[in-house]
Amino acid sequence: MAGTKNHDYHILPPSIWPFAGSMAALVMAVGAILWMHSMDPSGIVFYAGTAGVVGTMYGWWAQVVKEAHAGDHTPVVQLHLRYGMILFIASEVMFFVGWFWAWFDFSLFPSTADVIGGTWPPKGVEVLNAFELPLLNTLILLCSGTTVTWAHHSLINGDRDGLIKGLWLTIILGVVFSCVQAYEYSVAPFPFKDLNYGSSFYMATGFHGFHVLVGTIFLIVCLVRAYKGHFTPKQHFGFEAAAWYWHFVDVVWLFLFLVIYVWGGWGAATH
Amino acid sequence: MTTIAANPADLHDHDHAHDDHKPAFFQRWFMSTNHKDIGTLYLIFAIVAGIIGGAISGLMRMELAEPGVQYLQGWATMMQGSEATLDQAYHMWNVLITAHGLIMVFFMVMPAMVGGFGNWFVPIMIGAPDMAFPRMNNISFWLLIPAFLLLLGSTFVPGGSGLGAGTGWTVYAPLSTSGSVGPAVDLAILSLHLAGASSILGAINFITTIFNMRAPGMTLNKMPLFVWSMLVTAFLLLLSLPVLAAAITMLLTDRNFGSAFFNAAGGGDPVLYQHLFWFFGHPEVYIMILPGFGIISHIIATFSKKPVFGYLGMAYAMVAIGVVGFVVWAHHMFTVGLSVNMKMYFTAATMVIAVPTGIKIFSWIATMWGGSLSFKTPMVWALGFIFMFTVGGVTGVVLANGGVDDNLHDTYYVVAHFHYVLSLGAVFSIFAGFYYWFPKMSGRHYSEALGHLHFWVFFVGVNVLFFPMHFLGRQGMPRRYPDYPEAYAYWNEIASLGYAIMAAGMLIFFINIAYALVAGRRAEGNYWGEGATTLEWTLSSPPPFHQFETLPVIK
Repeated sequence: MAGTKNHDYHILPPSIWPFAGSMAALVMAVGAILWMHSMDPSGIVFYAGTAGVVGTMYGWWAQVVKEAHAGDHTPVVQLHLRYGMILFIASEVMFFVGWFWAWFDFSLFPSTADVIGGTWPPKGVEVLNAFELPLLNTLILLCSGTTVTWAHHSLINGDRDGLIKGLWLTIILGVVFSCVQAYEYSVAPFPFKDLNYGSSFYMATGFHGFHVLVGTIFLIVCLVRAYKGHFTPKQHFGFEAAAWYWHFVDVVWLFLFLVIYVWGGWGAATH
Repeated sequence: MTTIAANPADLHDHDHAHDDHKPAFFQRWFMSTNHKDIGTLYLIFAIVAGIIGGAISGLMRMELAEPGVQYLQGWATMMQGSEATLDQAYHMWNVLITAHGLIMVFFMVMPAMVGGFGNWFVPIMIGAPDMAFPRMNNISFWLLIPAFLLLLGSTFVPGGSGLGAGTGWTVYAPLSTSGSVGPAVDLAILSLHLAGASSILGAINFITTIFNMRAPGMTLNKMPLFVWSMLVTAFLLLLSLPVLAAAITMLLTDRNFGSAFFNAAGGGDPVLYQHLFWFFGHPEVYIMILPGFGIISHIIATFSKKPVFGYLGMAYAMVAIGVVGFVVWAHHMFTVGLSVNMKMYFTAATMVIAVPTGIKIFSWIATMWGGSLSFKTPMVWALGFIFMFTVGGVTGVVLANGGVDDNLHDTYYVVAHFHYVLSLGAVFSIFAGFYYWFPKMSGRHYSEALGHLHFWVFFVGVNVLFFPMHFLGRQGMPRRYPDYPEAYAYWNEIASLGYAIMAAGMLIFFINIAYALVAGRRAEGNYWGEGATTLEWTLSSPPPFHQFETLPVIK
């Protein structure tokens, strides 16, 4: 029985990446502590750790792609990957629950402290007008949801040209979204510091923005792989995972838009 | 529980070591993709962390043995290398209770149960050759190392009045924000981030494995109860840990970037932190006990030579505990000023959990009823578990009452309660599982006599240690203080004596393990005989490096 496997599961050889990634995470954490407490040599330690983490991700996932081409991803292994991605997204949803919980706590039960004045948004806070740039960004993300679906359908129908066009459009829309968001942050009339309005606003939207960046990078990887011809109409889980992730980021934005920009800013003076 | 008709090809009595191709040392232990090796790493890690966490509680019982501050100032002086003030000595106390709690929860119980036994036996029990994501499995383990180093490292850097993070394992604001200047608390927070990431990845791995890799014929309703318990545990981890991650991220920005989430002066809400923490923290206590429930079910059935009573009820009771466990969190916060309606709801919801828990206790008893009992070491630990978990459960029902908790909150009654369910519940189930499976994992038998002796000394020790805490709590002794009035001296001295007895019990444990590894009799495949019916008993001891290369078929 030893040495001959009679099943479709993926038995992996030893790999250095988990160990390397964990040690890089340690360096990154120590670097972050040094940086937050302005202790030298903060920059170099933090960036070295980050480089290690990013390098691990690249090396690890490159290995996964290689294994896919070697035929290790049998139907049941592909099913594993699907479950893994769905569960990862579920845990991300719960992460966002934390930020929304803070927002609802502050807005449904506004503090009676003088700086808040028992109202939400806090008295004197000028908010961003939900129906200007935020609405534009909502439309941009919704639009990108359709372009990624276009890419998906093209892929399923063997239309590589459509796949690449759809991906390009999705990526461009994602980048435009991030630029608009960055511009809006730069002109927003309230800071992250000192008041819970700004803290919870930037934390929730910023965490989402980070996810947009990650999703955009994921899609860029898919675009590169599409040019290389990695995807077939039958087997393209890397693309599907990116699309799921993108839709997740999209749906979170809808909640952010409704809860934070529209409802959470209702009645306040706008910038 | 299902009875397994094993594929004859998997029944190997001969030693398998020679035809397994095991990687070389570094590859095998640092780059592992093998669920059994990773499980072994987890168990060793848990033992090391348990020794450290247990030694810290020894320091605490030393200090608490008499009223007044005996040793703290000396220890604080030793840690910081200069004469410690009384304030710094008190801070040292906070650091000890924080380290003890975090180490025992995140680095002892969880790695032992989920990482150790879960990794070892979930794939085997469902007839799978490994976990769904063998490489990710390894990063779940290795992330614990930096997490543990960060936590231990925090002890040596400033954290407020003295060195180290002195926030309690709950890390409540504002003590953890404006109350703890210096990097120690940041180190502790990032330690929790890494440990959390480790557990989330582990949870994804277990859920995927259990849903997708069951052997042909093993439907969910034929799955061994330990696997059921791990499935529920994994869901609790997956859905609760990210909320903790969000909470401690907000702590981090409040501490370092001037945000105002928990700072009332900026409109923030310190109670928000408590809600977020306990939304994680309450599922977390079930994370620590559910795998124990699974282990105990197997052991009771094995040594009663009967299938477990009410298998489906046992499985769904765990599911019910997991689901209801998400909506009871504020019973940890009865004294923060919740409205009466909130207190009523959380009292009632909490008491509901006694129903599925009762189903489990009575089903274990019913399993033994009329069974052919044999009191081997794992069985006596399991019986000890049932006895003491019931005690802890009953005091839990007492504390569930919001009105009663007004009186008992933050007293030693609470300390007694959670130590009865954890150090006497979870830890007894870990020992039970360890004795049940140790020969399977190592291929060596330990000494039955020493196992029994360990049980009795430990059993007496922990009861002498923790039972008096009920009295202290009823008399009003608050937790988290290194000093107390003369009136509490009697029971405190007895509790410290109990610690010494328990520590002697641990010594017997380590002697027993050393004996087993050096001179233990070789273990055959199914050394428990006909009562042991799950798939791990169809394999050799230890199992081959890769088991089930031809999948077993379950009838």
